[in-house]
Amino acid sequence: MKKRNLISTLVMLGAVGTVLAGCGSNNASSNGSSDASDHSGKITAVGSTALQPLVEKAAGNFQKDNKKIDITVQGGGSGQGLSQVQDGAVAIGNSDIFAESKDGVDAKKLVDHKVAVVGMAPVVNKDAGVDNVSMSQLKDIFTGKITNWKELGGKDEKITVVNRAQGSGTRATFEDAVLKGATAVKSQEQDSNGTVQKIVSSTPGAISYLAFSYLNDQVKPLSIDKVKPTDANVETNKWKIWSYEHMYTNGKAKNATADFIKYMDSESVQKDLVKKMGYISIHNMKVEKDSKGAVTDK
Amino acid sequence: MKETQNKLLSKSKATREDYLGRSICYFCIGLIIALVVCILYFITTRGIATFTQNHVSVWGFLTGQNWNPGGVDSHGKPEVGALPMIVTSFSVTVLAALVATPFALGMAIFMSEIAGSKGTKFLQPVIELLVGIPSVVYGFIGLSVVVPIIRKVFGGTGFGILAGTIVLFVMVLPTITSLSVDSLKAVPMSYRQASLALGANRWQTIYKVILRTAAPGLLTAVIFGMARAFGEALAVQMVIGNAVLMPHGLVSPASTLTSKLTTEVGNTVMGTLPNNALWSLALILLLMSLFFNLVVRFIARKGSIKK
Amino acid sequence: MNPKRVNNIATGVIFALVGIVVAILLFLIGYILFNGVPNISWKFLTTSAQAFSSGGGIRDQLFNSLYLLVLTLILSFPIALGAGIYLAEYAPDNWVTNLIRTTIEVLSSLPSVVVGLFGYLFLVIQLQLSFSILSGAIALTFFNLPLLTRSIEESLNSVSSLQKEAGKSLGLSDWKTITKILLPVALPGILTGVILSAGRVFGEAAALIYTAGQSAPAVNYGNWNFLDPTSFLNPMRPAETLAVHIWKVNTESVTPDAHLISSASSAVLIIVILIFNLGARYLGNHLYKKMTATK
Repeated sequence: MKKRNLISTLVMLGAVGTVLAGCGSNNASSNGSSDASDHSGKITAVGSTALQPLVEKAAGNFQKDNKKIDITVQGGGSGQGLSQVQDGAVAIGNSDIFAESKDGVDAKKLVDHKVAVVGMAPVVNKDAGVDNVSMSQLKDIFTGKITNWKELGGKDEKITVVNRAQGSGTRATFEDAVLKGATAVKSQEQDSNGTVQKIVSSTPGAISYLAFSYLNDQVKPLSIDKVKPTDANVETNKWKIWSYEHMYTNGKAKNATADFIKYMDSESVQKDLVKKMGYISIHNMKVEKDSKGAVTDK
Repeated sequence: MKETQNKLLSKSKATREDYLGRSICYFCIGLIIALVVCILYFITTRGIATFTQNHVSVWGFLTGQNWNPGGVDSHGKPEVGALPMIVTSFSVTVLAALVATPFALGMAIFMSEIAGSKGTKFLQPVIELLVGIPSVVYGFIGLSVVVPIIRKVFGGTGFGILAGTIVLFVMVLPTITSLSVDSLKAVPMSYRQASLALGANRWQTIYKVILRTAAPGLLTAVIFGMARAFGEALAVQMVIGNAVLMPHGLVSPASTLTSKLTTEVGNTVMGTLPNNALWSLALILLLMSLFFNLVVRFIARKGSIKK
Repeated sequence: MNPKRVNNIATGVIFALVGIVVAILLFLIGYILFNGVPNISWKFLTTSAQAFSSGGGIRDQLFNSLYLLVLTLILSFPIALGAGIYLAEYAPDNWVTNLIRTTIEVLSSLPSVVVGLFGYLFLVIQLQLSFSILSGAIALTFFNLPLLTRSIEESLNSVSSLQKEAGKSLGLSDWKTITKILLPVALPGILTGVILSAGRVFGEAAALIYTAGQSAPAVNYGNWNFLDPTSFLNPMRPAETLAVHIWKVNTESVTPDAHLISSASSAVLIIVILIFNLGARYLGNHLYKKMTATK
């Protein structure tokens, strides 16, 4: 009886030990792995959920002509994309945000490939009764100085601010263009365009901001200083709230990865898919923005 | 003679099988323990990095009310105060469990003691069906049905702890119910027969004998339900409002640990403070559920009848 | 108050509670089916999803969900069975066992997003399983184990001790008693656990986003070689499940008919779970009758 228990206990300990050993050693070497996957014709792109559908669709088309190349596209968020491409775990890191503006990312190691431009517009619930604001009024709303639509000539309705998740590319772009360093009022936060759209359309007095492709008849986009949120205004920088969609590679892109990124910049993607996604083609832009937000003519 | 001796002294096939089976069982439980230890180790090492690498004080983390890990406050220290989220997570979970337990118990008693096999046959698949509805769907029903109703009745935006509680209540109901049914059914038939033979009526039997005997099992069911409520992210996130504010009422927007974790983790970079701070939230989540677990176990030990 | 009155009141309260719950449940299921079923068509079930034009289907997602379920059960059921038997039959009643139980409960209370991230860092990146069905199945196994273990343990405990004593008095070994007498009797309870965990697998999204991935590359349903990357059986390919698809469509999709896809997918999900549920129950009853010789 005693012997039996001993053996059983040993087996149990053995199981514990094996798994723990594997687990421990793997944790120790957590940043060291580097997978040179581009040689085998296998590309993994991870990151921004907003960019994912575009890359996925482009990858599908690309693979039709290049049967040997296998592309996997995943979401996970811009931060994940940047940290994984930096660690060499994936070939391409998709991001809504410049690598320079993320702490903990060594932007010098990464090579930026801008593949599209996304415009963003403030949106309000339909019953707010306002369709144009000035930039400073918009700032006051998001910093909590204006709290009722009445103050802007709208309905007597409390303003409900719906912000985007801290650290998200959308929020960073909006804060750079509108708040210019001021701190946003503490408010509700949502992390996806779909949810924001639904909340703004159903909550009286709500205001938030959405990428152009999510504007529909459920919510009302606002003009800023009488400038309408259109693709044409973004292309000339008359509409200030816009950002790039980036695909980062660790060092210069090689082999299959280079081919795919070149394809992303081709006419067939830029003229067709980018437009269908509601993004603005990088070729149409008449201005350029650097990582610090300074805009220059092209 | 020798042969007979050998036959008697060597282990029979059944004994060897017994050893083997027993070893397999020990191996399985060992595997699970290893897995848990591994995950705990992983979360702990990531979670304490905020305090060891980024030198945030534990006390400040637990009691601070400002959450802005990307920025710094007026003293140049990072703002990572998790108190509002801890309070909200705690209230939502406890409230949901408080509301759900009587309903779940009622259902369980009904299914195991009152209804014949017909009622159970109908209710059981319905309950199992509910477990499989993705949390996103619960969230969207919450957003399009529950939130507007709360807005109409109580004013405000409708987002907040109340909406979260209602959604979670429905989500944990099937878990608690089906596990409670299991533990009520595990009460030996002889207890019921003995009680009834002593002249107790049905409710007396249920209340004085069955519920008491099943108490540890029922409490475990509630723990599992609370665990689900605790860990639930996608559905709560849609109805709670995600505002890092101290909740000052049931209908003001708030934020739970999980909703913060899901909304922000994709946007942070591994190894930086914002990312570490989120892992610390996960660690708190873990410690809180551990604490719940111990409390409930303690109660269960006091309240149960010695077998 | 006399006991009889209390009994009546208590019964009334229980009936009221059950009535409310049933009403809520029926409303929920009715809501989902009512919104979803009119949008389900044969075409919806048999075409693949569209990234940004309307008219996409859910063929690949539906298959992925089912395949993931099978893989997860293959991984988790044996382990849970062993652990459940240990806890019900072998575990001594002391603090070690209590500690083990607590750890298992802790495992079940981990938020799915944490398990997902753990899976991402450990399975996807460390073990280089990449975004794959296998990674997803292992991550889901973490969830399933506590639930399954517990329901197996409970069902074994609920078997009358008379049956066990009878087995032992016939001279059967412990192991034979467990496998030949206790397990068959406990089968319906175990089955409930399996169905519940299967529901969880179908409905899980947060953990899978980071492990099984959120893209469904085109696969060839005629290719039965499970090592081939294009084969539908290859466990190493990324696989978006139905629940993840619903999440994605609701949050970031720009397809004009996102709302329809989401409600129809939810309805499909419920119907699939229902079919699985009834199927498993039928099979279980059949086995139960066969193995325990009850009529």
